[in-house]
Amino acid sequence: MLTRSEAEDFLYEEAELLDDWRLDDWLALFTDDGRYLVPSTDKPQSDPNTTLFLIADDIVRLRARVARLKSPHAHAEAPHSRTRRLVSNVRVASDDDSGIRIVSNFAVFRYHGDIADSYVGRYEHTLVRLGLGLKIRLRKAILDCEALRPAGKISIIL
Amino acid sequence: MRSLRISDLIVDQRDRYVFRVHRSAYVSPEILELERERIFDRSWLYVGHESEVANPGDFRTREVAGRPILFCRSSDGDVRVLLNSCTHRGAVVCREAEGNAKTFQCFYHAWTFNNRGDLVGVPDIAGYGPAFRKEELGLIPVPRMTNYRGLVFASFDPDIADFTEYLADAKDPLDTILDQGEVDHVRPGMEIVGGTHRYSVRANWKMITENSLESYHVAPLHRSYIEYLRLAGADVSQAPIRGYSAGLGNGHAIEEYEGNWGRPVAKWEPRWGEEARREIDELRERLRERFGEKHATRVAEWNRNVFIYPNLMINDIMAITLRNYYPISPDYTEVTAYSLARAGESARWRSLRLDNFLTFLGPGGLSTPDDNEAMESCQRGYRTVKELGWSEMSRGMTRPPEAVDEEQLRAFWRRWATQVTGAEASTARRRLRAAAR
Repeated sequence: MLTRSEAEDFLYEEAELLDDWRLDDWLALFTDDGRYLVPSTDKPQSDPNTTLFLIADDIVRLRARVARLKSPHAHAEAPHSRTRRLVSNVRVASDDDSGIRIVSNFAVFRYHGDIADSYVGRYEHTLVRLGLGLKIRLRKAILDCEALRPAGKISIIL
Repeated sequence: MRSLRISDLIVDQRDRYVFRVHRSAYVSPEILELERERIFDRSWLYVGHESEVANPGDFRTREVAGRPILFCRSSDGDVRVLLNSCTHRGAVVCREAEGNAKTFQCFYHAWTFNNRGDLVGVPDIAGYGPAFRKEELGLIPVPRMTNYRGLVFASFDPDIADFTEYLADAKDPLDTILDQGEVDHVRPGMEIVGGTHRYSVRANWKMITENSLESYHVAPLHRSYIEYLRLAGADVSQAPIRGYSAGLGNGHAIEEYEGNWGRPVAKWEPRWGEEARREIDELRERLRERFGEKHATRVAEWNRNVFIYPNLMINDIMAITLRNYYPISPDYTEVTAYSLARAGESARWRSLRLDNFLTFLGPGGLSTPDDNEAMESCQRGYRTVKELGWSEMSRGMTRPPEAVDEEQLRAFWRRWATQVTGAEASTARRRLRAAAR
């Protein structure tokens, strides 16, 4: 069983990569079948095949998302926002053949020009052991807000 | 404020190919007040789709032009649009987002209404006099409502023209979109898929009309999305977009165009594979049987962004979005977007449709964040309104308007300027005058 402090180390390092905009290193944390999901705010518990999500990236689209964010053409993130992620209440929910399931709470603060936005919610990570390290197979960010207001968009990676 | 003239707001000189919009339209609180009074209170406004209240007792609460609304299907099977405010002292009666209920009890003093809106329970009714009549104190229905092929609209103007008259030439493209569904005598063939994009833009509400209805911004603004499509195996060679744009009367407008991409309704693209092709062929055959070759081709292959004045945008592209938006202040707008789809479509098309929607048309996708950024950037730019008063909107005035032109935007602005300046008398006054003659 993965210990809580091992899970915390993983999540804190992941948050740091995102806050530092080291997006290629972050992308390298995913398995080749990795997915990144953000459900719509009115259906936090649902399936992206049957319900409209805000984000439902397979690895191909996740790579495109990262490539886009690194280019000067992701205009909402050019120049890049300053972000700070606080990850807490980390628990290892299960650790078995299907993977290691970690749940945690997040607050992501985004500053862009004179705009300050925050995103609060819960992460659900499913990790797998690959070689010596851990890889993300599923990363779900479930927002607590009932509408994406006033932020209006998710232009960063949550 | 002195009374506004149309020429304060738009310059429209067809003979000189000049069209300009004054930027006060995007920043002035006084103009927003006029818009509330003269546009939103006098238009047909989208409420929801009847599939969202499929069963007796189903309800949804939402806002329409700032009013809390209870959108429900009563036990007798009728779809109703009621003002969600207690007739007693005003509290919002139903405070759940959605659910199923036979009755709604106000939490403040426990007045109870059934799902037709009738007042059925008042504590201590013995304390009221003979003038107190329960039957007059039901939840108030909106002054006008209509169910157009499953799409429910309401109006706060009791004298507004009937909906089909109001639709004018928008009826044809709207019907073309709705023709994707097959009616089975019980339910309309289309439905709203669960999951709602509720977001906002720090920009004037009218910019969403402009942005959603004009596609020549796609090449420069969404270059990185097109690059994703290329990487994902799509054919992105087509340029420019082929099609036309037009006003449809009463401020409604359209941009209709061909694209290389597939459409879950019945247009295949190579990256979907051969099995999908067979399914698409069957869907296409079915459309041909129902409508004949010509209309089937239009339904299946053509894309259309249809604007129903004043604030409903239907983008029938790779998925169908219903985008409804309201101003909160001149520089802040709330947007709610729903996914409309053919009822009963297979899991493959449902999933593909949703994927297309969120990738291109949603606030977490690869394009909409940049649309928001562009609109917000314009709004910041309009702080120079005193020095730089006018925006330019004349593209295509010298030719039959193409899909990449701005005729559709001009159609909106012409109607808007007429209405917001009061140049058009209210329907009620017009009818009174006509009756007097």
